[in-house]
Amino acid sequence: MKRTITFILYLLFIDILSATTFHIGTRYPIKSIKEAVRLSSGNDSIIIHKGTYRENNIVITHPIIVIGIGAPIIDGENKYELFIISSKNVFIKGLHFKNSGCSALNDYASIKIINSSNVSVIENQIDNAYFAIHVSNSNFCTIKNNIINGLRKQEQTTGNGIHLWKCSNFLIEGNAITNHRDGIYFEFVTDSRIQKNSSENNIRYGLHFMFSHNDEYYNNLFQNNGAGVAVMYSKNVMMKYNTFKYNWGASSYGLLLKDISDSYISSNIFSKNTVGIYMEGSNRININKSSFQENGWAIKVQSNCDENKFHDNNFYGNTFDVSTNGYSSPNKFYNNYWDKYEGYDMNKDGIGDVPYHPVSLYSRIIENTPGTLFLLKSFVILLLDTTEKSLPTLIPENLKDTRPLIKPLVI
Amino acid sequence: MNKTVKYVLYDIFRSRILIAYACLLFLISFSLMSFEENPSKGLMSLLNITLIVVPLISIIFGTIHFYNSNEFIELLLSQPFSRSSIFFSQYMSVSASLSCAFIIGMGIPIIIFSPGTIGTTLIITGLLLTMVFVSLAFLSSVFVRDKAMGIGFALLLWFLFSLIYDGLILMLIVSLSDYPIEKLTLILASFNPIDLGRIFVMLQMDVSAMMGYTGAVYKDFFGSSTGMIYTFLIMFLWILWPLLLANHRFNQKDL
Repeated sequence: MKRTITFILYLLFIDILSATTFHIGTRYPIKSIKEAVRLSSGNDSIIIHKGTYRENNIVITHPIIVIGIGAPIIDGENKYELFIISSKNVFIKGLHFKNSGCSALNDYASIKIINSSNVSVIENQIDNAYFAIHVSNSNFCTIKNNIINGLRKQEQTTGNGIHLWKCSNFLIEGNAITNHRDGIYFEFVTDSRIQKNSSENNIRYGLHFMFSHNDEYYNNLFQNNGAGVAVMYSKNVMMKYNTFKYNWGASSYGLLLKDISDSYISSNIFSKNTVGIYMEGSNRININKSSFQENGWAIKVQSNCDENKFHDNNFYGNTFDVSTNGYSSPNKFYNNYWDKYEGYDMNKDGIGDVPYHPVSLYSRIIENTPGTLFLLKSFVILLLDTTEKSLPTLIPENLKDTRPLIKPLVI
Repeated sequence: MNKTVKYVLYDIFRSRILIAYACLLFLISFSLMSFEENPSKGLMSLLNITLIVVPLISIIFGTIHFYNSNEFIELLLSQPFSRSSIFFSQYMSVSASLSCAFIIGMGIPIIIFSPGTIGTTLIITGLLLTMVFVSLAFLSSVFVRDKAMGIGFALLLWFLFSLIYDGLILMLIVSLSDYPIEKLTLILASFNPIDLGRIFVMLQMDVSAMMGYTGAVYKDFFGSSTGMIYTFLIMFLWILWPLLLANHRFNQKDL
């Protein structure tokens, strides 16, 4: 909304300042985008009409509005970059970028934004890019409703869909990213909001961020990515209403949290992942109102995690609910619904009277010797688990849900 | 031979034990599938029954039946029938009737509540296990003359395959955990029909957990069509070798 208003204000100012509008196309005197950019000055507009433009390294250094009509194709012919923006107040909309270059030395991108502010990249389509949108050292930008589809190559020979480095106050919304290395990659990005994106079929991570504090992630969908979602070395992260699905593989996680602290993860869905949430060195995270369905392991908490709270979640059909490698657990579990809970509720207040131990003996055995997966669901394992449940000796005594719910929560 | 099969089947159905078995399976499956909101959880409980109860009933019923038909077999032997044809007709009628009971008892609820790959795999596994364990039952009853000892031996076989073997494997895997033994466990699974059946169904069910490294090894092998053919082949071997061995003994036995 804010962006739209800014855009309208822009248009008003264009009239007031009598900025020029350049039309580019086969039926117009100017045939090349580079030419139009060279002729334009601050706050001019460039309207690109339908057609194919074989141009690259279009450098924009002053405020400008670039709008494509009928999705004009900008084809880089696999050489260099397409747009390089280094200015404030740039608006790019409705273009179809294709075939930017690929290089082992440079991070070639279809749209590269450097040292800029107030740049909007809206409703573009980007195909076969090395990096699709590469932003560094910028702030107050919007990347919205773009469709980004990479070439599914090897991890080393493809770049990230949306790559941000040292940025702040970004809005990344409604983008669909497929077949890149990392769908969305952040490093040193702060105070930004990422919402309603979908990141699927990427080679490595659907979302990958490091050292990115105070960011918010809402309503995103991450599925079928090589290694799921990995978030590291950040604090004050807010993740809500996201869906993590079908991340299968030996080192694949719905959500991998490494050294994340003081964060809030709520109302997410983790479905059919090898591991729903994997936590390492993460402290003071509140995980609630989430639903864990049919994962191999719903939650794996390493023993270096401290003071995390897991409450009001639903656990259904997971092979293992919780697994840990330590003998004590300083994390709290309460008010969750576990489908494997076998306790009773005498006073009918909806809360089970005996605590639930989500760590089974077998999950401990399998943690130490993964080869014992061979015995999954066998009679001997059933016996071992039952024995351990009635006389707990090996599983961490204090890792238990003290108030397990009898009926699943409506989330 | 057809006539013998007919009479044996008639005899089996008259005893009502089989009907009770079918009803029991039906009641358990039906209630499990209708009480569980999530059909895959219901199937998981049914898997446990298929892997534990079905082999147990098959082996006990097979052994008892063979000992009880001793007089009938002797009567038949006085007629111009070959021993092999009598033996195989006994096997065929027992395994056919137990399979029939299994299909009615468990197959129908599965088809009603959760038709699909997992259900079908479960039914096929149950049928194969029934045939394997009837075959093992015949082996024990041909080799051991005394009825009580024969049943005890059959129970021991069931105990071995459902519990002891897995316990030993658990010990083996834990003590050899420093070595890459995934491939070895693939071979070890072939020596236990229950394990083979379990992994076969498991690969259809618990896909997420099976996708770890060890799981990937199993998935690569058992999930491929080669693995499927291999599973069936080994299962048929498990039906054939006890049966042929028992038949050989039966032909030479002094009744």
